[in-house]
Amino acid sequence: MTNGTPTHIETMTSDLLQADGVRAGATAGPIGPAVEVREVSKAFPGVVANDRVSLAFHHGEVHCVLGENGAGKSTLMNILSGMYKPDSGAVMVEGREVTIDSPRRAIELGIGTVYQHPTLIPVFTVLENLMLGEGVGVRLDVEGGLRALDRFAKTLGLEVDPHAPASRLALGQQQQIEIIKALWSGSKVLILDEPTSMLTPQGIEELEKVISQLRDEGLAVIFITHKLHEALDLGDTVSILRGGRVVGSWGPDVVKTKSRSEMQALIVGAMFGEGAGSLEDVAEVRDGVTGRARRRGLPNEPVLELVKVSVEALRGEVGVHEVDLTLRRGEILGVAGVDGNGQRELAEVIAGQRSMVGGDIRLCGESIARAGVGRRQSLGLRYVTDDRIGEGTVGTLSVGLNLVLKRIGEEPFWRGGRIREEAIDQAACDLVEGFDIRTPGTETRCGTLSGGNLQKVVLARELSFDPKVVVYNKPTYGLDLKTTLAVRDRIRDLAESAGVAALLISTDLEEILDLSDRIAVLFRGRITGIVDNAPGVERHVGELMLGGDRGD
Amino acid sequence: MVATVVTDVVSTSRAVVRGASAAKAGTSARWAWLWSLGQAIGPILLALLVSAALLLALGKNPLTFYRDIVSQGLFNKGGIQDTAIRMAPLLLMASGLIVAFRANIWNIGGDGQFLLAAALVAGAGPPLIGALPNALAFVILCVTAVVVGGGWTVVPAYLKARYGLNEIITSLMMTFVGVNFANLLIKGPFRSTTTQVPQTDVIPFKELLPRIPGTRIHVGLVLALIAVFAVHYVMTRTAFGLKLRVLGANPRAAAHAGLSIPRLTIVGFMLSGAFMGLAAAVEVLGVWGYVRADWNPNFGLPLFALVFLARLNALAVIPLVGFYAVISMGGHFAARQAALPDDFMLMIVGLILLFMTLTEYLAGRSERGGYLSAGLKKALGKGGGDE
Repeated sequence: MTNGTPTHIETMTSDLLQADGVRAGATAGPIGPAVEVREVSKAFPGVVANDRVSLAFHHGEVHCVLGENGAGKSTLMNILSGMYKPDSGAVMVEGREVTIDSPRRAIELGIGTVYQHPTLIPVFTVLENLMLGEGVGVRLDVEGGLRALDRFAKTLGLEVDPHAPASRLALGQQQQIEIIKALWSGSKVLILDEPTSMLTPQGIEELEKVISQLRDEGLAVIFITHKLHEALDLGDTVSILRGGRVVGSWGPDVVKTKSRSEMQALIVGAMFGEGAGSLEDVAEVRDGVTGRARRRGLPNEPVLELVKVSVEALRGEVGVHEVDLTLRRGEILGVAGVDGNGQRELAEVIAGQRSMVGGDIRLCGESIARAGVGRRQSLGLRYVTDDRIGEGTVGTLSVGLNLVLKRIGEEPFWRGGRIREEAIDQAACDLVEGFDIRTPGTETRCGTLSGGNLQKVVLARELSFDPKVVVYNKPTYGLDLKTTLAVRDRIRDLAESAGVAALLISTDLEEILDLSDRIAVLFRGRITGIVDNAPGVERHVGELMLGGDRGD
Repeated sequence: MVATVVTDVVSTSRAVVRGASAAKAGTSARWAWLWSLGQAIGPILLALLVSAALLLALGKNPLTFYRDIVSQGLFNKGGIQDTAIRMAPLLLMASGLIVAFRANIWNIGGDGQFLLAAALVAGAGPPLIGALPNALAFVILCVTAVVVGGGWTVVPAYLKARYGLNEIITSLMMTFVGVNFANLLIKGPFRSTTTQVPQTDVIPFKELLPRIPGTRIHVGLVLALIAVFAVHYVMTRTAFGLKLRVLGANPRAAAHAGLSIPRLTIVGFMLSGAFMGLAAAVEVLGVWGYVRADWNPNFGLPLFALVFLARLNALAVIPLVGFYAVISMGGHFAARQAALPDDFMLMIVGLILLFMTLTEYLAGRSERGGYLSAGLKKALGKGGGDE
């Protein structure tokens, strides 16, 4: 078996390399789709996730499946990768009807999947991770593995250190390894689930190159996303899911012949239905966003001051080094930067979740350097975490309790240490209404809510009860378009009408340009520059993001 | 169990937010309790079925065996009193486990905390009861046991709170130390001069905890039931209980919400140990009156299964502990009748644990939620099951 493995890989890789034949076949037409779903339905208690979905995925084509959160994209992907069994309908691979009853079966059928979150084992090396699923041999065939990896890397134009532990790789690199892993056992179909959600702009660019390469090699790439511009950039075929149904699908004949704006209008119409025209004005949809002008006449009243704040770098982090920032009343100060340049460290040190090794933090003129998380919270300093599932909410507790999670034991929700359910229920109902949280009830377990609604729970909690300064860490990360817009409106409204200062930490430059008065740029834990927001400022910010131009 | 079910239904029906669909919440609540019940009873029934097969294979009649258990443990006048007496320490220890497990603290060292407290109570008991009014002596001895049981958790609690050391290992190590230290005390300073075997002096039967009138059941059972209800109240209705639950369900969220994790960890751990100590006081002062060297009833392990079957709900623990007490008291009798070793009962407990794991897996797949909180699951390294 150990001897069998490399030959197997070789055949597969040569398939990859001899792509011309496949490509010719694909364009010539007679060869059928690599994978096809026909009238596939899948229901979960209370929701029909896929409703008679029919789609065909062809060789040599990037097929973007676009839809908002909860549209049924992930369910469809899980059916193809063998995680779910459809209730009805057929799945065809290379024209034959198949039953994909396990992830293993999917791999045997040549369907490889790259999930949204990394699945590599951190302490294993790249090569070990790749060879995990291999055979039943006693010994790892390292030589053969190295050869195979080398061929993959060459084909895809990647540089890979086979002996680096997976934990040492950046998220973008990890994803590249995930892609190789999905192709390792000879997949002809590659499913990518929201692959850009974890990546920096550079990472996205590299991913796009890899995807084009794979398409040219004749693979069928299924690209699942909720970002419209990604579908426009990458898709040969674009299909839209909405409420579990296919509401639009355009093949290469349409996508290639229509202009970008025509395609965009088609897609927006299908995704959001009638009256979606106004959405085209929005950053996510519009191409190329530029800065809005800094608001003048803000009161010169500093509410949050960071003086030479430094944080020790934990493993895999860059820390924060002598950061000076001043945030005024009603101001939105954007903190731009490529992911992993100290964003979380900065947010957490302000919130009090991390200790400073030097410097001072002042809230309304008073030092809070020695105050704990709870004290800062009650002084009006709020932190909207970027990890709403991991630390922002407690999935097993009710929505109501999550809304008062930071006020446990405080009046009026507790009196003498005893819970007052009516008070909590009352406040929770108001917040659910005010923040448009879609939940069956305030007693619903928080973990059953969608990502967008979880974020609304977090926002409702942080932005209520008299906030003065709010630190937002990637507030719209992973949210669908409508929720994203709602969240941004709320940040803006709160700053403009209620004078709540916002420190907007985001890796989405468009978001920062759209909302900020001033923009600070974080690079390797240092502020490389602070600029006034203005039309045309993005180039300068981009340079700062790469570390240049410190003298500004 | 019934009481929990009722509160569950009540709280869920209160859930309906203005303008939200009431019907859906109603139906899911109607069936949720049935699921919980099945989850608690299913593994027990399966374990009894498999044990029956084993008994058949051993040439014993399982029906006779189970009938012996039930008739001795439940329907025999003396038997049911034995069962009730056995429930007292078990309920107290279960309360201690629930406090800890809810907070994601794995207090594995319950037996060590129990035995050390038992040794001290048995050692200090005879002279104290001789010198003071009984009531005062009992209070002093119970407080001593609580302090000893709680105190024995300080080392693992502090190591976990301060350095993040795994308390499964440290509390287990403390158990070895505790058990042997207890033996050392019994064989050394507390050793009775009147007996051959090493043991403490005996508290005369008349001087033990008062009985419930008309029975042999001592008031420790009442104390235990009060403790269970108190734990249930604290965990569900108070800020302190909620803080422990948040810590257990998601420690990072606890830090994010500004809870003092080290303090909660230490207080929760000590509280858990205190219940173990109280259980020891009740057992020694209510049943034995002395402790013999190398005595170890090993109450802890089966209780793990029971508190998880009860899904860490203190009230649901009562019927399960009752059931277990029937099995363990009646089981001795049945095993003797069938000429089987006493260990056969441990095997049934083992099977229950095994089938619980299976149910847990199935529950994870059907997205119903299992016995363990998310935090506990993570601590166990089980991972899966959650979205």
